[in-house]
This record gives sequence, structure tokens and C-alpha cells, in this order.
Amino acid sequence: MSNPFRKDFPILDSTFNNKPLVYLDNAATSQKPDSVIKAVEDYYRKQNANPYRGLYQLSVAATDAYEEARSITAEFINAKSSKEIIFTRNSTEALNLIAYSYGRSVLKAGDEIVIPISEHHSNILPWQQLVKEKGAVLSYLYLDKNGYLLEEDIENKITERTKIVSIAHVSNVLGTVYPIEKIIQKAHSVGAVVIVDTAQGIPHYPVDVKQWDVDFLVFSGHKMLAPMGIGVLYGKEELLDNMPPFLTGGEMIEYVYEQEATFAPLPNKFEAGTPNVGGAVGLAEAIRYINQVGYDTIQNIEEELRDHALKELSQIPDVVVYGETKAGRDRCGVISFNVEGVHPHDTSSILDADGIAIRAGHHCAQPLMNYMDVAATCRASFYFYNTIEDIDTFIHSLKKVRRWLGYGN
Amino acid sequence: MGIEQIYTEVLQEHLNSKRNKHPITNPTVRLNGVNPSCGDEIELELRMTDGVIEDAGYTGRGCAISQASTSIMIDLIKGKSVEEAVKLADTFFGMIKHEITDEEKLEILEDAIALKDISHMPARVKCAVLGWHTLKDGIATNPNNG
Repeated sequence: MSNPFRKDFPILDSTFNNKPLVYLDNAATSQKPDSVIKAVEDYYRKQNANPYRGLYQLSVAATDAYEEARSITAEFINAKSSKEIIFTRNSTEALNLIAYSYGRSVLKAGDEIVIPISEHHSNILPWQQLVKEKGAVLSYLYLDKNGYLLEEDIENKITERTKIVSIAHVSNVLGTVYPIEKIIQKAHSVGAVVIVDTAQGIPHYPVDVKQWDVDFLVFSGHKMLAPMGIGVLYGKEELLDNMPPFLTGGEMIEYVYEQEATFAPLPNKFEAGTPNVGGAVGLAEAIRYINQVGYDTIQNIEEELRDHALKELSQIPDVVVYGETKAGRDRCGVISFNVEGVHPHDTSSILDADGIAIRAGHHCAQPLMNYMDVAATCRASFYFYNTIEDIDTFIHSLKKVRRWLGYGN
Repeated sequence: MGIEQIYTEVLQEHLNSKRNKHPITNPTVRLNGVNPSCGDEIELELRMTDGVIEDAGYTGRGCAISQASTSIMIDLIKGKSVEEAVKLADTFFGMIKHEITDEEKLEILEDAIALKDISHMPARVKCAVLGWHTLKDGIATNPNNG
């Protein structure tokens, strides 16, 4: 099967140790198509100036490019207005912004924040810091052995005391797709606001903030074909409007006096300092590319890759897969596994010798690792430019791992 | 570079025999080493008498490279003085960093020479040096090491 998109990604032609690159670390970052690389290059060749400030044509061009990217992003997630789109560096910065601006102004002693145990550290640490400061409580939703949220935890832990529920759309370790609409309905029924971190979701699944009625949404450009250093915070306008600024400085002000200042309206209120215009232009092009391919096509390709990988992995006797192991269920092409008796770092190094890039470690999810009682895992994660051949190469190499550690065959 | 230069028979032998992976009797020094980025942890136990390492063993968890490197180190330092052990550690670091390439100077490292090519795998260097750093940091600063 030939993949028509592969040729758009120049890095996939690389070789390591004279072996073609098999890139299976897409949950860490995606590769970039030519069109995104070229859009960023064109911006720096033709439009670069500091936006907003300059009164000359080039600065106006940079401002237009930046604001066009904001509109394209708003449309992409079906936001009501581009004022609801704040550009950040990444999801981590967006989550910190929500914690320090919204969380700090609404949270009181005894209030609760609810998150799943499987969250990335970026959706744990800002809340840990905040509850310490406020004397509030950080409460966890736990998982069953297949990686799904426990129904009784959703039912019993989101209560009148809950002020914030913050949840990943898709687990970066287990690939589980969480029941976002159900969580949002439950949280809204007790008056809590919901933050969805779709960094691992939006590269693979369409997101509609109006349909979900989500309060805040965050994602990173670099996991969905855009450059690193550009991320998005979506917030409902009335929430963002009432929040104090996070970072302060240039670009986010209206008037500044010796002792006081008034702030710019949305979205600039939350974008202190010179923004990453080149990154935003790259993100806009990434969105165009994804729309052109189409989420249906992306999902068709990825489901085939996922099902093939799960089937092949299940046939290797010394490999254990974490989370849902059956094909066709609510799980993304993010597969955590271990080779019996082999540390994940050794597995990764041995695959690397065959040109195969996977992730090994705790995946910035140490509470989940402790909950699953594993020190670390290997993780292979797919995107629509991967092929069945990539997976076969990976499986072939994986079968040899134990031999290198002296386990016979 | 082929993976066979790293996952050698020497490494496999240390990994699978686990002969140095155990607590020792009456240790006089206990040293902890951690690689926070990968979660590797070792506890190194030494029994020192008159400035000589009489016995040594380790426990903990980690990848094949960190475990085998620590085990190889233990074979080398048993019966050695603190000064000799520090010299071995410095020679090992010199080999890994490519600062010592003279094969005669490296000879004192015996089986640890098997880890020479780890310098071609920069991501794994910290695994190979974990045990050695734990040893050197501990005995160079421990007042009870004599």
C-alpha cells in the first residue's frame, strides 16, 4: 500500500545507520510537510516585522498574517470568535495560564480540582501548585485495567465541591480516547468549568468547541504538523474577559501610568511580548493541510495502522501492551508496551540501530506509571504518513530485542 | 556503529548472572545514585577497611547498560584502595568522553572497556556512568571511607 502523503514530509527520506527512518514517535511531535516549512520560510522572506506596533506596510502585513492565523484557528475548532483564541507557546503554557489566571481568582480553600490519573505532568503540576497555595484539593479519576475512566469515579468524584475538571482528550501514554462530552455534561451539572487538553486529540480527531460546550481547550501546534513554539488556548469569551492577565508587559496594555495600567481587550490581554508570528503562520498552514487531507482519511489510515500493530504485538510472546489491546475500540494509535525483562531504554536503543524512532520512559506521566506499577514503558505512536511497512519493520526489529540481552531466541 | 558493540557478551553476562546485584554483609558505606530523566536508581554498598574496598554490591533498577556497567565496576574496585578506585572512575569517564584514547592507559579498566563505544550513543552515556558517578561522588566526600 502506498501512502500518498508520505512524499510531502521531506524528513521521512532520512536514513540512520544506512536504514530508512521509521518515525513512530508522533505523540511526542509530528513531522512537518513541505507546505508548512515553506509557509514559515515565506513569512520570514516576505512579511517579517513586529506586528501591531509598526505604522509601515510591512508591519501591517505581519499583523495581517498573524490575525489571519488566529481566524483560521478559530474556524478550525468552531469558536464563536477569533477573540477566543489566545496564542501561547504550547499546551503547557496554556494550562499554566488557566491555572494562574482563572484558577487563582476563583479557587477557595476546600474547593476541588478533578483530573484523571493518566494526565501528562503539564496538566498535573499547575494544579498541584494552585491547590497548595489555596488550601484546595486535587482529586483523581482512576482507570480500569484497559485504560478507561472508572464510571463510578466520574459519577462520585465530580461533586458540588468541584470547581475545575481538567482532562486530556486522548491519553499520551495509553491512547485512550476519553468520553469528553459525558465529562463536560457531568461537570456542568455541578457548576464546574471544564478544560480539555486536546494536544493528543486534535492531530487525529476533529474538535468542535460549540458542540462540546467546553469552557477551555488547549493544544500544541507541533503535534499537528506546525512548528514548535506555537500553541493555542481557547476560552469562552465571557470567561476570558473576566480573567486577570497572566503575563504582563508589552502588547497586552491599553494605558500604562506610573503605578497603574489598563489592559488591552481580548485576545491581546493574554499575549504579552512579541508573539510568534512565524509559528502562527505555520499553524495556519498546518490546519489547511489537515483540512485538505481530511479527518476521515486520517482516521481511516490510522485505524488500519493501529489494528495491524495491536495484532502483530499480540503475537510476540514476550511483549506486554498496556491499556486497550483489542482493535477497533476507543483508542488512538498510541501504544505503550514493554518487552519482558528488557528496560524500555534498551529496547529503544536497539530499535534505533535499525532506524526506528520510538519513545521510552515515563512519558511525563509518573503518577500513571506508579498507578500501573511500571517504572517506564516503550511507546510507538502513529500518524497518517506512517505505513503498514513502517509497522512491519518495527515488529521485525522488536522480535530481536531479547536476543541482544542474552535471552537466547 | 552496530548495536553489537554495545550489547556485548560481557554486558549480557553481567546482566544475566546478577552476581554483584545483592546487598553485602556489614556495609560501611551506602551510596544512592539516580538518573531523574530515566528513573534509573541504584544503591551501592561498600565495606571499607583501612581505606580499602573489601566488598561491594548494588541493588536497584534500571536499563541493561546502567546495571551491567555498575556490575563491571564492582568487579574492578573490590580489593582496591579509595585512590585506586577514584583513578579507575576518572579513567572510565576519560574513555567515555574520548579524552583518554591511549589503549595502554585504558587497560586498567579490563571488562569495562566493553562500554567504550557508548560515546557513539550520546543518549545512553548517562546510563553507563551512573554507577561510577555514584561511587566517585560518594567515596570522594564520605568521611567514613577510611
